Amino acid sequence: MEPVITTDKLTKRFGSFVAANELSFEVNKGEIFGFLGANGAGKTTAMRMLCGLLTPSSGKARIAGFDIYKETEKIKRNIGYMSQKFSLYDDLTVSENIRFYAGIYGMSIPAIKQKTKELLEELQLVNEAKTLVRELPLGWKQKLAFSVSIVHGPEIVFLDEPTGGVDPVTRRQFWDLIYAAADKGVTIFVTTHYMDEAEYCNRVSIMVDGVIAALDSPAELKRQYRNQSMEDVFYELARKAKRGE
Amino acid sequence: MITIEKLTKTYNKGQVLAVQDVSLDVRHGELFGLIGPDGAGKTTIFRILTTLLLADKGTATVNGCDVVKDYAKIRNSVGYMPGRFSLYQDLTIEENLNFFATVFGTSIRENYDLIKDIYIQIEPFKDRRAGKLSGGMKQKLALCCALIHKPAVLFLDEPTTGVDVVSRKEFWEMLARLKAEGITIMVSTPYMDEANRCDRIALMQKGQILSIDTPAWIVGQFPVDLYAVHQANTHKLLKEVRKYPGTDSCFAFGDSLHVTLKGGATAGHEGEEGSAGLTKYLRDRGLADVSMEKITPGVEDCFIQLLKS
Repeated sequence: MEPVITTDKLTKRFGSFVAANELSFEVNKGEIFGFLGANGAGKTTAMRMLCGLLTPSSGKARIAGFDIYKETEKIKRNIGYMSQKFSLYDDLTVSENIRFYAGIYGMSIPAIKQKTKELLEELQLVNEAKTLVRELPLGWKQKLAFSVSIVHGPEIVFLDEPTGGVDPVTRRQFWDLIYAAADKGVTIFVTTHYMDEAEYCNRVSIMVDGVIAALDSPAELKRQYRNQSMEDVFYELARKAKRGE
Repeated sequence: MITIEKLTKTYNKGQVLAVQDVSLDVRHGELFGLIGPDGAGKTTIFRILTTLLLADKGTATVNGCDVVKDYAKIRNSVGYMPGRFSLYQDLTIEENLNFFATVFGTSIRENYDLIKDIYIQIEPFKDRRAGKLSGGMKQKLALCCALIHKPAVLFLDEPTTGVDVVSRKEFWEMLARLKAEGITIMVSTPYMDEANRCDRIALMQKGQILSIDTPAWIVGQFPVDLYAVHQANTHKLLKEVRKYPGTDSCFAFGDSLHVTLKGGATAGHEGEEGSAGLTKYLRDRGLADVSMEKITPGVEDCFIQLLKS
């Protein structure tokens, strides 16, 4: 298997506070990797480093083949990012949003045209192409935001709590999109507070107080910790946290 | 303690229907949950009940007071924790708490017993500005501020959204203690698993109530047999179960699938459409070691089922 994320003792300090402490792990191509942790465990800091937005204090990492210190601009071009708060523009239409993001990522005009057509068909939004994003139901916005985040064909997409606030059916439809992208070889790096979603990941890491306290497949973690569900595994690990969030 | 009758609220000159003809009652001392995704109308209901918003149609009372006529009385007797953190970011923990106590004509000392369990967890940071607190600490401070005047009714709008499993558990334990103090609590959440912590719940979607009762009753109303189907490769299993002609619905739940069959077919029915048919179908497609058992649905299963109808 081919790793697309490798980190070696990746650390970030803010003064005397060690937000992320010697993180070492690999994520393989096409893998769905769940990145879990309690509030304040250091997930956001780690994720910002991996996206090339925050310079580490020490340690090494390569993202999509690029160095996390020297090649942050290349990293940014080769990853996608979607957060809970959508990065879509409410005042632009569906197709304008696609065009905008594809343009930002430097796609050519014919390529953008082609991609827009494909995406609208794939998302069954052909009739809504000229609808303002503001008017779309939340679930559709979410699917569009995901598609837009991988419009430039990145190797990895970072999803930061992508399913917050949607109904249970839409949440599961969103995971269908995640699976479809992973099947095409896109690596998925996802955070969530829904522990049932942790079960949908190939492997899961759980951060506690700035370190990775556990990392394995959900089935293996449940076996190791002799728990029935990922929620129990998470609870057992995270309640030992000393850090006052 | 709370009555809502045929409440309707629209936004944007009637274009957005936020709450549609909603009626419900919350009894004294009850822990009542509004369960549903964003856009269900939960926040609108809170804002009407806390007299911050006027309904288009319908009536509502809180603690015997009408939300329109007696708004001033309601404001004195309820605590409200909005979904968005709305304390003073530039004031410290202690200053915020003092401020809310003073506004309500009381002092921290007078009702300290009520908030003690929660306050001691953030007291070490009492000189820190609210804006500098972590999510979990903000949540605890907001709850203290909502409680400091010993309200008869407590309104909590999505207090656990975006909060990790450990903090969520702790928060519900705090609510159980407040309920034991006799405070009536109305709480909203998008997490279906939290529904079981409530005495009664209203499942909501797009401004309407899908079902309202105790979690146990709602679960008991699930109309067909529900099966948990498990195999190591959940994703492949999901694709195949969906293709099976006898499948009515199929959703991933953790490491299993929850499946209902067409015509409510049960395990006793061994025809092609039954559960035996499904395991055979899967075996024929190379999925060995499939386990399938009839299970009791959860609130989330019920919500999904109600969305279909």
